[in-house]
Amino acid sequence: MDYFIELFFSGLTRGSIYALIALGYTMVYGIIGLINFAHGEIYMIGAFTALIVSTVLSIFGFPLPAIIILTLLASAIWAAAYGYTVEKIAYQPLRNAPRLSPLISAIGMSMFLQNYVLLAQTPDFLPFPALIPDFDFMEPYAATIGSSDLVILVTTAVVMLLLTWLIKFTRTGKAMRATAQDRKMAMLVGINVDNVISITFIIGSALAAIGGLLIAAHIGQINFYIGFIAGIKAFTAAVLGGIGSIPGAVLGSFILGLTEAFATGYVSSDYEDVFAFSLLVLILIFRPAGLLGKATIEKV
Amino acid sequence: MLELNSISTFYGNIQALHDISLRVEEGEIITLIGANGAGKSTTLMSISGIAPPRTGEILFKGKPIHELSANKIVGLGICQVPEGRHIFPDLTVAENLDMGAFLRSDKKQIEKDLTYIYDLFPILQKRRNQPGGNLSGGEQQMLAISRALMARPQLLLLDEPSMGLAPLVTKQIFDIIKKINREHNTTIFLVEQNANLALKVADRGYVLETGRITLHDKASTLLSNEDVQKAYLGI
Repeated sequence: MDYFIELFFSGLTRGSIYALIALGYTMVYGIIGLINFAHGEIYMIGAFTALIVSTVLSIFGFPLPAIIILTLLASAIWAAAYGYTVEKIAYQPLRNAPRLSPLISAIGMSMFLQNYVLLAQTPDFLPFPALIPDFDFMEPYAATIGSSDLVILVTTAVVMLLLTWLIKFTRTGKAMRATAQDRKMAMLVGINVDNVISITFIIGSALAAIGGLLIAAHIGQINFYIGFIAGIKAFTAAVLGGIGSIPGAVLGSFILGLTEAFATGYVSSDYEDVFAFSLLVLILIFRPAGLLGKATIEKV
Repeated sequence: MLELNSISTFYGNIQALHDISLRVEEGEIITLIGANGAGKSTTLMSISGIAPPRTGEILFKGKPIHELSANKIVGLGICQVPEGRHIFPDLTVAENLDMGAFLRSDKKQIEKDLTYIYDLFPILQKRRNQPGGNLSGGEQQMLAISRALMARPQLLLLDEPSMGLAPLVTKQIFDIIKKINREHNTTIFLVEQNANLALKVADRGYVLETGRITLHDKASTLLSNEDVQKAYLGI
């Protein structure tokens, strides 16, 4: 039973990280109908920014809590700037182009960012400092849930609540929902749709960067390629839950994380991807729109 | 108030409007009638900045607006109720109305306007917490017009408000249109396929045929014009 609980928490931790990334995919898809393949790279850049900022801050002797908060802010803001720029140069000029064009542009951006970090940093794995300390009060439970798992779960929960509040109750959130539902009408009520799209990229990128920071501190190493695999997994989670649906992305992420954790624990870590993607295939066969996605009927 | 000076609008390489010129004076109801595909909706989309004209100019109160983005044009007081109503389906009725007032910040006045709307259409108040997508066609049209009114427009562009509605509901909608025009001095630019109805409420009318204005006169004169009767009134 203990083993089961341990796997369960490990699954929740994975799910949280997937959710932080998957939200960016699903929000962007909801608003402009594009799968932003460069999103995984934004997550990777968030992790690299965190590595650089936290190293510099610790050289200057900042206390640990200050390092954590400043690193979190810096990587979220820096990744958001990347997300914003990617949208402006790679997607906005293609707003009225056929759907395939921005998709190809996204794949190009993904390769560009990967290789840019490869050249500017290093192809090797870099050690990431253990930003999250082991809490004393977690000591009795250390066998089943680590301190960093706890921090990841709590941070993710807080971020989700903030995001829900933003989307449900703020003016920006309403503008985002309106734009996602009917872009032309959103323009006709006076919403600056370009701004809404930029904000969506900024929020999605900041969330991914927080995910990147948390997972890097949890695992302890990063390289330029981490964004690809995490991106594909989070994308799978978003599709699983129903792409375009925000609760769907979160649900899909947790299901995917738990599936992987149990597959690793009870079968073999070699099979974790097999289980994850088999689940995707099954869902797509029986519920093509995803768990919470709406089946859209194309009217002719 | 609004002046279109020989505008031409294109969709890709296809020209939808050829040298359209027309004027709307403050406080009047004018109508643009024509068959399917004549370019009526395109005219409105050109004014709203969704399909900006390639040549020609659009003046609102003497100032050019044809190069402004759609949200700036709404900010000037030009609001459109597009064909097919375009209610935000997953927003509630109240949220839809709220979106109409998106560019306004005078909270108290917005509250007052909301009360006015609910007086005008009590059914919307009853359904204010339901998603807009659940309303019937007539209710959606009421909501679409109300949403535009929440922006306090000086010029209201209405595209086919009678489409798909039962005759009784259509009559109710047109009564409201007249009332808005009288009580708020809102200028109204009405596009309709139901020419008979449109010409009865309008002061003046334009006839659009395959992207060109072919006739322009007082609405009452157009109603008795033989060509118009044959082509659009089915007499």
